[in-house]
Amino acid sequence: MAEWLDKVENVYFEGRIKVPYKWYVGEVGSRFLVALRDKKELWGTKCPKCNKVYVPPQKNCGECFVPADTWVQVKDTGTLESFTVVNYSHSMQPDKPPLMYGLIKLDGADGSMLHLIGGAAPKDLKVGMRVKAVFREKREGNILDISHFAPE
Amino acid sequence: MEKVAIVGVGQTTYERRKEDTFDELVFEAATKALADAGGEIGDIDNIVTVSNDFWDGRTISSMAVQDAAGSWDKDISTVEGDGTFGVLYGMMRALSGSFETTLVVSHIKGSEAVMNLITNAMFDPIFHRSLGVDATSSAALQARMYMEKVKATQEDVALVSVKNHKNAMNNPHAQLPMEIGVDDVMKSKMLADPLKLLDCSPISDGAAAVVLATEKGAKRFKKSPVWIKGVGHISDAYTLGYRDLANSRALDAAAKKAYKMAGVKNPLKDLDVVELYDAYSYMEPLWYEGLGIAKEGKGVELLKSGTTAMDGDLPVNPSGGVISAHPVLVAGMTRIVESVLQLRGEAEKRQVKGAKTALAHGINGACGQSHCVFVMGV
Ligand SMILES: [Zn+2]
Repeated sequence: MAEWLDKVENVYFEGRIKVPYKWYVGEVGSRFLVALRDKKELWGTKCPKCNKVYVPPQKNCGECFVPADTWVQVKDTGTLESFTVVNYSHSMQPDKPPLMYGLIKLDGADGSMLHLIGGAAPKDLKVGMRVKAVFREKREGNILDISHFAPE
Repeated sequence: MEKVAIVGVGQTTYERRKEDTFDELVFEAATKALADAGGEIGDIDNIVTVSNDFWDGRTISSMAVQDAAGSWDKDISTVEGDGTFGVLYGMMRALSGSFETTLVVSHIKGSEAVMNLITNAMFDPIFHRSLGVDATSSAALQARMYMEKVKATQEDVALVSVKNHKNAMNNPHAQLPMEIGVDDVMKSKMLADPLKLLDCSPISDGAAAVVLATEKGAKRFKKSPVWIKGVGHISDAYTLGYRDLANSRALDAAAKKAYKMAGVKNPLKDLDVVELYDAYSYMEPLWYEGLGIAKEGKGVELLKSGTTAMDGDLPVNPSGGVISAHPVLVAGMTRIVESVLQLRGEAEKRQVKGAKTALAHGINGACGQSHCVFVMGV
């Protein structure tokens, strides 16, 4: 630390940027979220080239770089591919810690979906365990219409 | 083909809270790099800054530090991402033939922003951000996937933290020089299972800079050049679930490109020192596999063998690595700076004897979505 710093008072300026946004979810995302909200259904898009089913849906396959233009319904059950238990708390988090997150490979989908895990004690989580989506009573057309995935 | 060299390097110390402004950090690193090169700002044709608007709290943040970067009457442009990608872009500007010399600077004050919020914002706003996931929680998902795949224990990956924090004791710029044991890592607070506090890199402030020159441009400076022999840069899917988090195929591809260009046939033998981006302990063995110094699934074995220790055949992170100081955006450039010091024999107490070929590695995006690999030699 420079010597002069001992002789002056350090001043900090508190910033608080608040810039509102709204994002158009897109045709594909809208279809996905509306089906989630209105029918508690999970839909993905399928790539005609590599046959991967993307959930949440992608309009094009990133790998093959072609439109993924077939809609496929997948199950609301799946396998836990990885998980973590978060013990720190932050205002951006949807709930109080411990928060459990999982990467869930839905039955009928390729890859996995990131979401919250609930209805289980942290110590009971295991890679490979079967989980099922728990839907919120009041759904609003966003990803948290699935409250969490719970052991099947 | 035209070659590009690094002729000057500069870095600040990395600390949790530096009482310098962004401008002061940039100016310190830039002037150190120029002095190291034995030149002055008039020798520089153009400037690249590495910056990120979210971290700086203002938009078009590159333009805000231009005075401190010495870009009056010159061209300045920006890379938003890790410092290695800034150096890559600076190198491309040189190879384009437009500029003979380039100064690349990078800065961060992690202490003045909120890490969780900013890294939460790297995820897509529709499907992931509202879940509250951030750098550490996503890394924890990758850590578990990798550790399950290779059957590594938490004690195994803790060895990275032990090794690198100890190496940091030889580096006056490092933030967390510490002599710790596996027990200390295991006893530290569980942040996001399986990652504990000492498995994670700290929040850091600091800046770094490098002076790049073509063969012709290098003649403007007194310092003997360190040549960039090979470079590779590849990225993988954005969405975590669409990637195999336990297999670093992007790094594998990037490293192979760099090796081919540099004539590296057997990286474990041909490289003398590696500086890689170990933001979390498990990343080091995972990146060993991507770099091809360990076979797939054998990264932890290589770590446990001692090969990558300071007295091993291929020391990795003699500086202490990113786990000992994590100036986001700067950290990859720091790997390049450290590699250059090693190749010049100027790495003092952390010097790897007789280092002739060095590798520096940077990552961008969550869980190493994108990788940049430099192979350098004298
Ligand atoms: Zn495809």
